Amino acid sequence: MTKKQKRMLRRILLSVALLIAVVLLCSLIPMPWPLELALYLIPYLVIGHDVLRKAFLGIAHGEVFDENFLMAIATVGAVLVQEYQEAAAVMLFYQIGELFQSYAVGKSRKSISELMDIRPDYANLVAPDGSTTQVDPEQVAVGDVILVRPGEKVPLDGTVLEGTGTLNTSALTGESRPRSAAPGDEVISGCVSVDGLLKIQVSKPFAQSTVARILDLVENSSLKKAKAENFITKFARYYTPAVCIGAVALAVIPSLFTGEWLVWFQRALTFLVISCPCALVISIPLTFFGGIGGASRCGILVKGGNYLEALAETKTIVFDKTGTLTQGVFQVAHLSPAQGVSEAALLETAALAESYSNHPISKSLRQAFGQPLDAARVTEVREIPGRGVTAKVDGKAVAAGSARLMEELGISFAAEAQPGTVVYLAQEGRFLGSILISDLEKPTAKAAIQGLRRQGIRTVMLTGDSEAVARQVAQDMQIDEAHAQLLPGDKVEWVEKLLEQKPERSTLAFVGDGINDAPVLSRADIGIAMGSLGSDAAIEAADIVLMDDDPAKIPLALRIARKCRRIVYQNIIFALGVKAVCLLLGAVGIANMWWAVFADVGVMVLAVLNATRMLRVSRWRA
Amino acid sequence: MQKKFQIEVDCANCAAKIETAIQKIGGVASASVSFMAQKLVIDADEARFDAIMKEVVKTARKIEPDFEIEL
Repeated sequence: MTKKQKRMLRRILLSVALLIAVVLLCSLIPMPWPLELALYLIPYLVIGHDVLRKAFLGIAHGEVFDENFLMAIATVGAVLVQEYQEAAAVMLFYQIGELFQSYAVGKSRKSISELMDIRPDYANLVAPDGSTTQVDPEQVAVGDVILVRPGEKVPLDGTVLEGTGTLNTSALTGESRPRSAAPGDEVISGCVSVDGLLKIQVSKPFAQSTVARILDLVENSSLKKAKAENFITKFARYYTPAVCIGAVALAVIPSLFTGEWLVWFQRALTFLVISCPCALVISIPLTFFGGIGGASRCGILVKGGNYLEALAETKTIVFDKTGTLTQGVFQVAHLSPAQGVSEAALLETAALAESYSNHPISKSLRQAFGQPLDAARVTEVREIPGRGVTAKVDGKAVAAGSARLMEELGISFAAEAQPGTVVYLAQEGRFLGSILISDLEKPTAKAAIQGLRRQGIRTVMLTGDSEAVARQVAQDMQIDEAHAQLLPGDKVEWVEKLLEQKPERSTLAFVGDGINDAPVLSRADIGIAMGSLGSDAAIEAADIVLMDDDPAKIPLALRIARKCRRIVYQNIIFALGVKAVCLLLGAVGIANMWWAVFADVGVMVLAVLNATRMLRVSRWRA
Repeated sequence: MQKKFQIEVDCANCAAKIETAIQKIGGVASASVSFMAQKLVIDADEARFDAIMKEVVKTARKIEPDFEIEL
């Protein structure tokens, strides 16, 4: 509890004691009403003086129709009709409700900042003489060297200079999959060093580091409001004056006919207390705040309540292929040696021939070979752009490259049937075999797509890759539709076409790796980017960022979004429903002031408790 | 110029009202008040920024007398 809340609690306890004492005193000793009033005014003023003050200031500033005003009018009215006890009790319950609300809100604020516990407290700055000093991460400049000990947070983004170890990225991604760090590796702030002692050269000032950007994003997300939030704000603007007019009508019109002014005045007061809109006004932003906080804990950064709301309506999800559904890393998938050639020899020859190239395909060959290559065995390397390489390996002429290269060299070869990139290899004019290189599917992609299809979502894949590759991936993952050989501009056109086809009142999300997809990300209703742990372009362009590039987070994000929407609807319907019933009962005289207090404070407490369900992340992560 | 301020507002409804009122102040391009984050982000005319902020505080205090801001 904060100081303010503690002070309030003391006031509540004091006025409860005073109220009980006064009630007992008045029931034991009959006394004239002015004395009774004076006695009841003590607990009433102890608990309600600030409400009265604010209501008065509000009237003075022309800002009527807020909660304070309603409470002041209702309780002062109760005093006027000589219901002193009720006046004090209503004020007391109102304040208890307010305290509870402020406590619940404070607690969710705190639990979210705890969830986002990635802000580093200090950095160990290494001086040129080797000594270290603890400084504020904001004071570290680009190029400075910092030391991260086992168990410490990496405070700033940078490159490892010395030391190896593993990093725990769970605070950023929600997954406790360790990453290794070795000299030359880029590391991002917010990770925790598990075992290694790392010397890191800082590459970005703190304000631009991953941690600062994520914190900023989460903080700002509550500034982008969901439609439901704006709806409630607008609603409250018309609702409160409408209720006040209703209350006046209730007090005056029936009395003109019946002459029972006191009865109808009392009913109008009850009506006013019931009508207080605070349950709605507080619980909806609280739900979205909790949803955004919970999602970010799972490695899903949502840039605003509006996006979370839109995500709940998603019926079409469009995927980019490379880097989104597949790893975007080329790997040797299959070796087809010609007769009399061993797989190992085929791979070794190819790796040697391509050993001077930096092309991703060459890299994948070297990686698959996995042993150090003796560069001296390779001579006369010639790269033929778009075709491949020719070289002398161990003195023999080797050609490695596309089918076109083989054709141009007049070598007969066996064409590879499977889709992917194929490297054909020949030695001294004789075909050695072919190597199929393909982009591997992400292990969770298939399950993610199927999860989405079960939720009734249309899945579409757009790719710049060949028809054959697209068809295979689509079949493998059971994607509803795939469109291949698209340029970035074509992707925008396709997304526009799909936007026209989507069911009414639904939204379309595009998931991409954020590098070439910026125009599509912004064209879709919701842009979801694979954040690749800190790629600036992705974080900028998208509305939702998946910190660990895991497609399985998409069905999870949808679940969080839907739950958030469900809670918001529950709260709106519940609060308005209870209030409507109580208003009706109050108008006909069945509901008294005590009902009114439940309709106001009770509903608010229940709505807030319902909203805080959004904060329970542990269930989603399982 | 866009700037972010730490604020203290006790009720969600007041926060929403303050937001609407600030948006109406002359020279303010956009303003957003987050009750949950207790933050005010304001985009206003740079030349008159200090004067605008004074107006913002005055407006906010009218709606919520306990409004606090770290300028």
